[in-house]
Amino acid sequence: MTRQPVRFYQVGSFAVGNRLLDDEDRTVQSNPNRTNSIDSGHRACQGCGEVLGARYALDAAMRASNGQLVAVNATGCLEVFSTPYPETSWRIAWLHSLFGNAPAVATGVAAAMRVKGKSEVRVVAQAGDGGTVDIGFGCLSGMFERNDDVLFICYDNQGYMNTGVQRSAATPPAARTATTVTAGPEPGNVFGQGKDLPRIAMAHDIPYVATATVADLHDLEQKVERAMEIHGARYLHVLVPCPLGWGSASNETIHIARLAKETGLFPVFEAEHGTVTAVSPIRRRTPVEEYLKLQRRYAHLFGQTPRPDIVARLQEIADENIARYGLITNDSEDSVSTGVTA
Amino acid sequence: MLRQIEGSRAVAETVALCRPEVVCAYPISPQTHIIEAVGAMVKEGLLSPCEFINVESEFAAMSVSIGASAAGARTYTATASQGLLFMIEAVYNAAGLGLPIVMTLANRAIGAPINIWNDHSDAMAVRDSGWIQLFAETNQEAADLHVQAFRLAEELSVPVMVCMDGFILTHAVEGVDMLEQSVVDGFLPPYEPRQVLDPDDPVSIGAMVGPEAFEEVRYLAHLRQMDALVRIPAIAKAFEEVTGRASGGLLRSYRTEDADTIVVALGSVLGTIKDAVDIRRDAGERVGVVGITSFRPFPREAVREALSKASRIIVIEKAFSIGFGGVLATDVALVVQGSNSKVFSVVAGLGGRAITRRSLEDLLAQSARGDLKSLTFLDLDGAAVDRERTRMANTRRSGPSAENLLRDVGTEHAASKVKS
Repeated sequence: MTRQPVRFYQVGSFAVGNRLLDDEDRTVQSNPNRTNSIDSGHRACQGCGEVLGARYALDAAMRASNGQLVAVNATGCLEVFSTPYPETSWRIAWLHSLFGNAPAVATGVAAAMRVKGKSEVRVVAQAGDGGTVDIGFGCLSGMFERNDDVLFICYDNQGYMNTGVQRSAATPPAARTATTVTAGPEPGNVFGQGKDLPRIAMAHDIPYVATATVADLHDLEQKVERAMEIHGARYLHVLVPCPLGWGSASNETIHIARLAKETGLFPVFEAEHGTVTAVSPIRRRTPVEEYLKLQRRYAHLFGQTPRPDIVARLQEIADENIARYGLITNDSEDSVSTGVTA
Repeated sequence: MLRQIEGSRAVAETVALCRPEVVCAYPISPQTHIIEAVGAMVKEGLLSPCEFINVESEFAAMSVSIGASAAGARTYTATASQGLLFMIEAVYNAAGLGLPIVMTLANRAIGAPINIWNDHSDAMAVRDSGWIQLFAETNQEAADLHVQAFRLAEELSVPVMVCMDGFILTHAVEGVDMLEQSVVDGFLPPYEPRQVLDPDDPVSIGAMVGPEAFEEVRYLAHLRQMDALVRIPAIAKAFEEVTGRASGGLLRSYRTEDADTIVVALGSVLGTIKDAVDIRRDAGERVGVVGITSFRPFPREAVREALSKASRIIVIEKAFSIGFGGVLATDVALVVQGSNSKVFSVVAGLGGRAITRRSLEDLLAQSARGDLKSLTFLDLDGAAVDRERTRMANTRRSGPSAENLLRDVGTEHAASKVKS
């Protein structure tokens, strides 16, 4: 499916109201007859990026599978806020087993569906970044390596938010968490650590890997739909800001997600069989400060004893991403005044 | 059909007769021959439809099993020792979710020190997990128990672990009367799940349960095990009716009618114990044996009844709770509480040490003399232990005890050889 991106520069963003689009380009969410995979009444925080991402991803997966979908969930925020007994927000077939085994459980569901002659039933597994890059990594790598027919979605909020904001291997450098406090010469999380799961997934040569953010929900839906066209192991890594853990205003979730992409700190791309096939170019290149300053987890970099040296190191990471994925294109308005060139 | 066959092969072929739909495998001795054989049958197309999945760990093996079972497939896996411990979180989860997975546990010691040989430490580590644990005495029983296990598990929506002694049973070649497919098909109806992941009738499985209902959920699991106390003998009886063979059940008594001393044990060591008992019987002692097949659920009433006339109960087991004593002995002692019988705990056969008939005869003689202590470690080399205790007392940096003992025992062994 080739897609012609629609740009409405006059409204100052890529956010396009569905009324401006042709019917076939409208979102799944705009359809009143959509599945509503996650029903209202769940207990996610105000401004939660994860539940927004999960809702769009699962409703899109439901449409793509004609409603023949099973979701497997790792332990974490998404599981806890959606199913406090005896209530459940899930209106789809849903299974939660453990924190670290969602990929393997999903493999089992897919195997059972095949053997039962129900190969039309598709399987999505979902976890936060802890359940993906840390405790679930062994099972995830095994699922990738066997190329099991599972779409695995990581909702990355860069830390263990359900347990009270601790560091994961997806926590960025300098970020404050409960286990990377802002003390010592390198306050917050240290530099030079962490896992880049999309690239690790690509190294497994699986048929499809993509990243997305909750700032571009059309893009997220389309990537889910693309993933559902493919059989085998697929990986979708969605950046989902966490107002609680990031110390951001709940009405800034979408804005912060957009800045993560526009700074280059979170590259948005697609890859097939280990090769990058498409990137979402940066539209207005933005210095990382604009992203960092909205989040109290980075407050120690500014304030009374600012640390421009650390901010510069974070900018270097963004610049490396921009160079690696070619995020500045002819369509980008390079408004950065830092003098860095892509 | 009676065949000369390795225990693992007999189990694998019997599992195949049960028509499993998803089989997960991760290799660990001494279970490996079983999943190798099942895997080969799947690959050769002899077991269709069936998915055989080679996973990256035992944790994944049980997790894939959970997903497959929750999606309505008859699911089987096998493990042992460290593998069971590595999957333990998922073992509890499978039971908590009420998924009727059947797993063979080829009983093996747990390290450190690493040891691949047989004892029951692995099974005891998960006795509280909510799985039904059945212990096989022979390879015939190991094979038969798998057919009964699938029926029991699926009737009650409880996972069942069939425990068979590693190497002693898994690698022993002996006569096993193999079942016919038609017999198994008649005995084991297709799996009809109580809960299933079905997009056309969606349910949430594995929701979070707080204090308002958790105890009730757990109590229901206990009640299902209490139901199993009724179903296990009933299923064994039904099995006997179609095969003519007594396998399984809650427990089996041997020469206990007039016995004032009864030995209680699990698994393959019962054969040696019966031999020793026969010899002591010939010498005029009134001794008998109770072999427990169903360790979980523990058949309190049946055990109390079977032991009611004995004044001395000797529980011989291949595991113990470090810092206390025998695990099975504790259960037995609780059950006979209030009677006049005394329970003796004997720990034996750890890490594959042979439990010989001679040692058991000596043990029974010791018991008859009234010399048996409440906790005994059979055939323990006390002198070697004392020497290591002395080394530890003399030097702070005495080094790793396991290696010290190996060197000590090896040296002593070599020295005694030179002398002879």
